[in-house]
Amino acid sequence: MTRLQKKRLTNMIGTIFRVAVLLGVSYVIIQPMMTRLATSFMQVEELYDQSVKWIARNPTLNNYRTCWVYMNYPQALFNSLTLALVVSVCQLASCTYIGYGLARFQWRGSGLLLSLAIFTLVVPPQMIRIPLYLNFRYFDLFGILKSQPLNLVGTYWPFILTGLTGSGFRNGLFIYIMRQFFRGMPRELEEAAYVDGCGFLSTFFRVMLPSAVPGLIVVFLFSFVWQWNDYFYTTMFMSTKNFLPQALETVASKAAQVIRATDMVAVTSGMVQDNFNTVINNAGMIMVITPLLIIYLFMQRYFVESIERTGLVG
Amino acid sequence: MARRRIFKVGYRQRQFLGGLLFTFPFIIGFSLFFLYPFIESVIFSLNELQLDRSGYTLIWKGLGNFRYALLQHATFNERFVENITDTLSTLPMIIGFSLFAASILNQKFRGRSVARMILFLPVILGAGVVLRMETSDWAYIMAQETANANYFAGNALRQILGMIRLPDAVVDYLIEVITGSPEIIRDSGVQILIFLAGLQSIPPSVYEAADVEGATGWEKFWLITFPGLSPLIITNLVYTVIDSFTTPQNQLISLIEQVSFTGAGFGVAMAMSMMYFGFIGLLLAVIVVVVGRFVFYNV
Repeated sequence: MTRLQKKRLTNMIGTIFRVAVLLGVSYVIIQPMMTRLATSFMQVEELYDQSVKWIARNPTLNNYRTCWVYMNYPQALFNSLTLALVVSVCQLASCTYIGYGLARFQWRGSGLLLSLAIFTLVVPPQMIRIPLYLNFRYFDLFGILKSQPLNLVGTYWPFILTGLTGSGFRNGLFIYIMRQFFRGMPRELEEAAYVDGCGFLSTFFRVMLPSAVPGLIVVFLFSFVWQWNDYFYTTMFMSTKNFLPQALETVASKAAQVIRATDMVAVTSGMVQDNFNTVINNAGMIMVITPLLIIYLFMQRYFVESIERTGLVG
Repeated sequence: MARRRIFKVGYRQRQFLGGLLFTFPFIIGFSLFFLYPFIESVIFSLNELQLDRSGYTLIWKGLGNFRYALLQHATFNERFVENITDTLSTLPMIIGFSLFAASILNQKFRGRSVARMILFLPVILGAGVVLRMETSDWAYIMAQETANANYFAGNALRQILGMIRLPDAVVDYLIEVITGSPEIIRDSGVQILIFLAGLQSIPPSVYEAADVEGATGWEKFWLITFPGLSPLIITNLVYTVIDSFTTPQNQLISLIEQVSFTGAGFGVAMAMSMMYFGFIGLLLAVIVVVVGRFVFYNV
């Protein structure tokens, strides 16, 4: 075998190996989604029909209709979208601002602040859950507000306040990402701005921020997605409002109750109940993640490219 | 005017002023929404908390809550050990897989963007809703099917692996790797991203030099890629552990939540999470120190 042949052979083996691995991994990731999608079009009876595996014999949109009604989908979608946007914009603003401060100004406390930011990441949010809840339930800023403590639970304020101060869910990570990003940018940019008479703030807003777009995208997407999927903070601070994850959790039982009340024969045995839950939950799941998938489809190219350039790596 | 003032103060003061200007939101947020609740939760863990209409009252219990969690609670110890061993055994799998996947995704081939899009899907779908539903309802249909498949696959594997006379512990671990692979793949989205970012930062000229010297792919991986990525291994280790706090599959966390709302009360739940957090923190510190010795900085 000549050298060229040998090289070609190893290349070919490499390609085959790569294709096999990627196909396998993609299958593992996509298969559950596909099963969900397939199940969401089935009728309850078809779940225990052995001959129906993927494609429903009588595809139906009934599950989606049920979910639309009992999740109060338009309202839940609106609420989730609003909250996720509010949270991610606040967090994006504060973490970028703080990250820049940690990247560019060296003083005695800057190293300490960075390690504190990372420390907030390592403490599980469940641990400070109850004090944090009480903090917002009887909000008086350590007694600085002399009046009756405010009840901020049930409003957007807990989200806005923690978001604007870089202390929301995994904000330590966002601060770290932005810090690494700003550290990778050339210092000459700022020095030129200072010489031209910009202060700290105008340098940041007019010179640094416009070049930080890739980092901003990564942080925004993470923040938006995590808020969208969040169950923990919304049940803690806004348990009465209808958000998509909560709506999804209760939709099957709500629908079943109504059906049981109107039609005595429809849901009788436990088996039927379980299968009913399955088809409804699958349809609801698809409805919850579709908006995320759409956003991801539009942003993914940008996302992957920009995370490569964020210098997440340092 | 403002400009002149900025230039009059010294470099040190300027750094200090700027630093304060940009980090004050974090200082406020950290003390109000992290440090204060954190200290309170330490206090709660030493007390019994009783909620009433006007607020709450504390009854001092000292280390009673800790003693209760360790000695009297029925399942805490067991779950604790289970959780720690689980975390420890999946860590190397996730790190290994994400390193492997990142180095594949970093090669140039047709369909790379599609492959990347699919492999990063778990970043979007891996958390929250999807997993929550999986633990409740999906388990129901799939449980039997996969359990059977895994059982048979596991048995066949066990026989094959037994033939090469590997120690039992190794065989068990390998089987765990293979049957648990869907979860591993699902949990490695962000880690792949981080490694991929790292791979991009290794200058191509280093590889070119290695090519000129006639290095094989294997040598290039172990002598260039792996050392180049080693700082990120720590980042990924820490991230993986953090990530495990918020998955609904974390049995210990759900036990703690259950205790805090329906069981022995807030104080005990706080004591439990203090112990959990303390142990994990210690573990992370040890891992960072040990792995840090082998890390190669400055590629």
